[in-house]
Amino acid sequence: MEQKKSLEAFVREAEAGGRSLGAFCLAQQALEMECTEESLKQALLDRLQVMREAIAEGMEGKRSRSGLVGGDAKKLSAAASTPNWRSPAGANVHLAIVYAMAVAEANAGMGRIVAAPTAGSCGVLPGVVCSLGEMFALPDDLLAEALAVAGVIGLVIASRATLSGAEGGCQAECGAAAAMAAGAAVNLLGGSPEMAGQAAAMAMKNMLGLVCDPVAGLVEVPCVKRNAGAAVIALAAAEMALAGIKSVIPADEVFDSMREIGNAMDCRYRETATGGLAATPTGKLLWQTVKNLEMP
Amino acid sequence: MNILDVLGPVMIGPSSSHTAGAVRLGGMARAVFGGLPEVAEMTLYGSFAQTYRGHGTDVALIAGLLGWKTDDARIPQAFQAAREAGLVFRFLPETDVVPLHPNTVRFHLQGERREISLTGISVGGGQICLTEIDGFSVEATGEFPCLLTVHEDKPGVVALVSSVLSNVGVNIAQMRVSRRQKGGVAVMLVETDQAVEAHTLAALEKLPHIQQARAIPPVI
Ligand code: SF4
Repeated sequence: MEQKKSLEAFVREAEAGGRSLGAFCLAQQALEMECTEESLKQALLDRLQVMREAIAEGMEGKRSRSGLVGGDAKKLSAAASTPNWRSPAGANVHLAIVYAMAVAEANAGMGRIVAAPTAGSCGVLPGVVCSLGEMFALPDDLLAEALAVAGVIGLVIASRATLSGAEGGCQAECGAAAAMAAGAAVNLLGGSPEMAGQAAAMAMKNMLGLVCDPVAGLVEVPCVKRNAGAAVIALAAAEMALAGIKSVIPADEVFDSMREIGNAMDCRYRETATGGLAATPTGKLLWQTVKNLEMP
Repeated sequence: MNILDVLGPVMIGPSSSHTAGAVRLGGMARAVFGGLPEVAEMTLYGSFAQTYRGHGTDVALIAGLLGWKTDDARIPQAFQAAREAGLVFRFLPETDVVPLHPNTVRFHLQGERREISLTGISVGGGQICLTEIDGFSVEATGEFPCLLTVHEDKPGVVALVSSVLSNVGVNIAQMRVSRRQKGGVAVMLVETDQAVEAHTLAALEKLPHIQQARAIPPVI
């Protein structure tokens, strides 16, 4: 196995150099990948572009091959422009949910996405980063830097635990995505490296124990709505961190506990679609229906 | 692993193992066959057999056979493109057999001059492994260029091949020889750091006991 990486170490080094976590991660990764910072930033900007195209594709409301999901991002977005709409979440969170669902629905509909860290959890990061970028009119350069923070958090989680639902349940996919997005959000809004690390820890803490139980074995139900939920948890964690609130358990230890919990998870809850929501009466019925579908 | 691996691959959804991995497996099959076959039969096992329709594993495999990449927006329309290219294909979901790996596909490919069977697995995150060619066990992840030889199981063949490679500056990352019986036909799969050029393949085929040498480009 790869050597364990430490988010706390990244945070310390960034703090010591007096830079944002994003600027530090970009420089450190460019060094490690033996490329220029400029070319790495460009690669991240290219990914940002794919994310935006996926949002646009999802907003069109295309349904998945099985027909189980699709159209909800569009529905949610449309609801906001009805005259008597009162948003329980508020405008920022609303937009993050819409975008997260749009990307997850684009994925389910065989659209082009960035697996971040996986295809199943691909909506969380664009949901958070693109919505904040728009609401606060942030420049794309800063968004690319936030993606670098997300990438490094993902690297740390991969090295200490796993990013695969088949190994660690959904906490490893949507959980990791939430931690990545929380750190990215803090960096976007000018928080310190320390705050970004705290946000990642707090987001992951809220996703611990989450199982992977996809209905009919498809990356659709509950995945699309979990992307929405994970984006909101990321925003809540970033909100707390920016106010200086700290996670009592340090980030690296939180990731380690994700691994421990994943290892203890019964295999029914690790992508085999034999437990949880997949094994409910409705889940089973849907599996039969999907099996009998004639698909294009 | 770096941050672009975490924020990637850029791919057509919905599943890195069942869609992106399937494109790559199709690509490996195409490379081993040496182009687009005329007839392709794909037996699906485990989770592939259970969920291939919903995950688009079927169109993804065909897209790979057509030589497309994981982020090709045409993937959902691969069937039509394949038919236009003259490929006859069929999927056989095998739900009664429990495979060694949950995401397994076995290809049976036929063309005018050639017929090949091969097995591959999708191991997660879009990573794949080719595990069998015509009954010979192999191991290739598609990350490196590969050299595939079919030869007689005679002493010295392996050494000859590696000396030809070293003469043209091709470094061997990993190699595996497999045979069904002693002294019979053997298959060697060599993962290399540099691609093996056509003239090297020709030189290899001139060597004693070597029946075939083929280059398999990386698919990742
Ligand atoms: S439920 Fe499973 S398949 Fe769906 S997003 Fe979570 S880990 Fe991925």
